[in-house]
Amino acid sequence: MIISPWDLLTSDIMRYPLIIAVLIGLTAPIVGTYLVQKRLSLLGDGLGHVALTGVAVGWLVGAWISATPVDLLAIPGALIASILGAVVIEIVRELSHTSRDVALAILFYGGIAGGVVIIQLAGGGSQNLMGYLFGSLSTVTGSDLVITIVLALIVMAVGLALGKVLFTVTADEEFARASGLPVRAMNILIAIIAALTVTLAMRIVGALMVSALMIVPVAAAQSLVVGFSRTMRTAMVIAVLCSLGGLILTAYVDLPPGGVIVLLTIGVYVLGQIARPVIQARRRRQAAA
Amino acid sequence: MSASPAPSGSAPAPSGAAPAPVIAARDVHVHLGGTSVLHDVDLTVQRGELVALLGANGSGKSTLLRSLVGILPLDEGRIELFGSAVAERSVHARLGYVPQYAAEPGTIPATAREMVATGLLGPRRWFSRAKDPRIDALLADLGLSALADRPVNQMSGGQRQRVMIARALVRSPELLVLDEPFSGVDVATQDQLAILLRRLVSRGTTIVVVLHELGVLAGDISRAVVLDQGRIIHDGDPSSRPLIDPGHDHALDAAACLGQEIHP
Repeated sequence: MIISPWDLLTSDIMRYPLIIAVLIGLTAPIVGTYLVQKRLSLLGDGLGHVALTGVAVGWLVGAWISATPVDLLAIPGALIASILGAVVIEIVRELSHTSRDVALAILFYGGIAGGVVIIQLAGGGSQNLMGYLFGSLSTVTGSDLVITIVLALIVMAVGLALGKVLFTVTADEEFARASGLPVRAMNILIAIIAALTVTLAMRIVGALMVSALMIVPVAAAQSLVVGFSRTMRTAMVIAVLCSLGGLILTAYVDLPPGGVIVLLTIGVYVLGQIARPVIQARRRRQAAA
Repeated sequence: MSASPAPSGSAPAPSGAAPAPVIAARDVHVHLGGTSVLHDVDLTVQRGELVALLGANGSGKSTLLRSLVGILPLDEGRIELFGSAVAERSVHARLGYVPQYAAEPGTIPATAREMVATGLLGPRRWFSRAKDPRIDALLADLGLSALADRPVNQMSGGQRQRVMIARALVRSPELLVLDEPFSGVDVATQDQLAILLRRLVSRGTTIVVVLHELGVLAGDISRAVVLDQGRIIHDGDPSSRPLIDPGHDHALDAAACLGQEIHP
């Protein structure tokens, strides 16, 4: 029997993943807009790698204290590791250009290598990391939902309420500094909300693809609309629609949700690129009129 | 180097006393990447002056400017703006900064209006409205009304420069600091900007501007400060002769910046 999309949306099994998908769709592009503006599009990727070490450490601690389930502390572990990683990355970014590239690469690879090694020490195997690497629906629990809602509210509160300051800092750091704004604190804040987003999105989208949901909707939006806040809002709409669409699709076809969601956002980006000349020609006509 | 006395303490001057200089830099030393870029720089700027910082590439003029607005930390020395240490955030509300044109805009298509609105933010102000009437007035003043809702990253160099100047002016700064505002800007825009700067000086705004040559501002500049290898080698009326031995290489550099010919 094929169930209708409405029955699917209201079913108990899908309720948690769908709420999480909407929250990911709302939060990831907020952070992504600031990261794209700062030319730090790959920061989310790096934090995803570092979060894996956190998952493994959480698993190890869970095994020591005989937690049930054993991965009870995986997401809190990812949260702590990615926040620490974010702060370290921001400090390294302030170092000279020559050393920071290599330092960041070491942090990224160290993150994934640490994850693989520590999960083994915890009595698990790298297959236990698969759900975190590529995302999974079956692993979403009630406590995950609570953590996700709290993190999403923090990201939205910071990313939207401080929008003007964060835009000023990301648009022109020197000007912001000359204006007397706390540039360093704001940069660390952006890195921290990026870490929170990575943690809240990794259950469904996976640590390896979470960055795509931050960046690709923003890239798609900036070819469709004009204005910083309009780009952010449009990216949020694209990401919510792609997250929901991807999740509903995977309920009918047995495919990994993370991959499907990311492919949908890339599809929107490609459509945006195709439509771009038409949109720009219309804009020029309006400006000339 | 100005003969103005150094301000005492970092507190603003009490009423009745002479106002503190707008800029007071003392014994400034700055190193960048292990290289000494500024040494022993003293500079005092009083209210209403239009001061040009001149010098060849690498002479340290942009470094000095960026130190004056608190972007670059000092290795030694002290800089005060309006009688307060430059590290104090509150003093930055009285300052407008126009970075060098090289400051590339990001890839997000932020509009001119959004960009200018960021100029309203300051140490005690973290919110602004893109519809603030001051933004429209300034955009009109700079001939940018038709471009208000166009993305800055798709504008020409001259248009973008005017947006950056609007962003610095929107908070009505008492001190305006500009880093090579005429580079990559067509002659008509240069003339337009010169008129604007003249008007600001006549209203009492203090201006410090980094230039490659006196150019369109030659008749307006009250003081020319010439730097060479991180030191001030001339500070005075732009039409006066450099104060050092005319046979010295520095004199030739200083004279070239001031558009003078030297006859030993």
